[in-house]
Amino acid sequence: MESLDLFLQTFFNLEIAARYWPDILSGAGITIGLSIVVTITGLALGLALALLRALQRTWLSLPIIAFVDVMRALPPLVILIIFFFAFPLIGISMSAFTATWLSLSLVLAAYAEESVWGGILSLPRGQSEAARSTGLTWWQTMTSVVLPQAVRIALPPLTNRVISVSKNVALGSVVALSEVLNNAQSATSNAGNPTPLTMAALAYLVIFIPVMFGARRLENRLQWRV
Amino acid sequence: MQVPSPILELKGLRKSYGAIDVLHGVDLSVFPGELVCVVGPSGSGKSSMLRCCNRLEQSTGGQVLVDGVDITQPNVNINTVRQQIGMVFQQFNLYPHLDTLGNVTLALRKVQGKPRGEADKLGMAALERVGLADKAKAYPAALSGGQQQRAAIARAIVLEPNLLLFDEPTSALDPETVGEVLKVMQELRESGMTMLVVTHEMGFARAAANRVIFMDAGSIVEEGPPEEVFGAPKHERTRAFLARYTGGA
Repeated sequence: MESLDLFLQTFFNLEIAARYWPDILSGAGITIGLSIVVTITGLALGLALALLRALQRTWLSLPIIAFVDVMRALPPLVILIIFFFAFPLIGISMSAFTATWLSLSLVLAAYAEESVWGGILSLPRGQSEAARSTGLTWWQTMTSVVLPQAVRIALPPLTNRVISVSKNVALGSVVALSEVLNNAQSATSNAGNPTPLTMAALAYLVIFIPVMFGARRLENRLQWRV
Repeated sequence: MQVPSPILELKGLRKSYGAIDVLHGVDLSVFPGELVCVVGPSGSGKSSMLRCCNRLEQSTGGQVLVDGVDITQPNVNINTVRQQIGMVFQQFNLYPHLDTLGNVTLALRKVQGKPRGEADKLGMAALERVGLADKAKAYPAALSGGQQQRAAIARAIVLEPNLLLFDEPTSALDPETVGEVLKVMQELRESGMTMLVVTHEMGFARAAANRVIFMDAGSIVEEGPPEEVFGAPKHERTRAFLARYTGGA
């Protein structure tokens, strides 16, 4: 009984929770906000890169492939550190928020490009030939025939990646971004008790489980209708 | 009597993939209202020739005249030309994310800019013509092969083309659904549609075509009315090919 009490006092200390919940809440706000903007810019950039690659011009494809491979090879933390600590040395300074947003957007864009490009490649050539044979332009063929199918195919890997990159907002703690995990760690040090970390974990569950539900619903809804 | 000008005219059409020549200067004219069937062994260049007619393949020499305009010229707006030339593919190539009516009306809405209501009306009329009006809301995956191909024909005719190209339209079909597609093609022919059909359906070619073209190794070997090409082929290669297909001489 005593050990259970100690466990609860350590990880679920209500008094400490009451003191620090505003910090956790504001951190959660930053995490949610940053996740949303990273998802929007990352997916938009990834889609644009996949479209450019579909033009099949070597001088466009090669830099895209290089970008995508480098972004996927480097740990996101390294990219973030380069943006925040290295770029000021060449005169480009940015806030912790901007550095986290940029680095995670680029990482998501790289993965999104690969997923969408894979979806485009997996379509039979006859799909775009049929569209072109009725007079659709390349662009109309892309937007009306190719991408609607390619994105459906790419959806499961895309949603996985969105969730994983969103969780990487926690890397912002390295550059003192006051997202939920960073705030929880500070609170833990100040309180000398890890209850704020427990609260952060709960916050992650509250934030991301609905995202996963949403992703699953979207995947089901976009399955081929028969 | 004035000779009508051809809708489609190929002059010395050449096509090569790298070092491999697949068309060695093909000359062919298709006149309004004609149904021309192209037969020949696999790899004889039939499909390549057909695909040069709407520039799905870039020819490497010669001319492709559609209503007198050489569409191989780079200044030709190919998207405008393609609305005049419908194409039906061996694998149907219906868009799986759109229902049948959506497949048929996509080009009406996107290319011709017709509002949805008007496009749907024209689309339904086209589906009516191929006997698929009751499947307008069905998705391609729910259709049989024959129904899919009829939907693909509706997608091509809804733009009211002057010429329809068929690339082995029945080769991917179950034997029992071949008939319904050939019947639709026969009806199109009776309505005056000009058609160039690459096919292995010798029975259809014999019964429905105005002219039959026999191609081998990238050239037209023989052409004439079906009774001539099938009944009394002049060339040894035609005879050998037909013997394999009809199981006799």
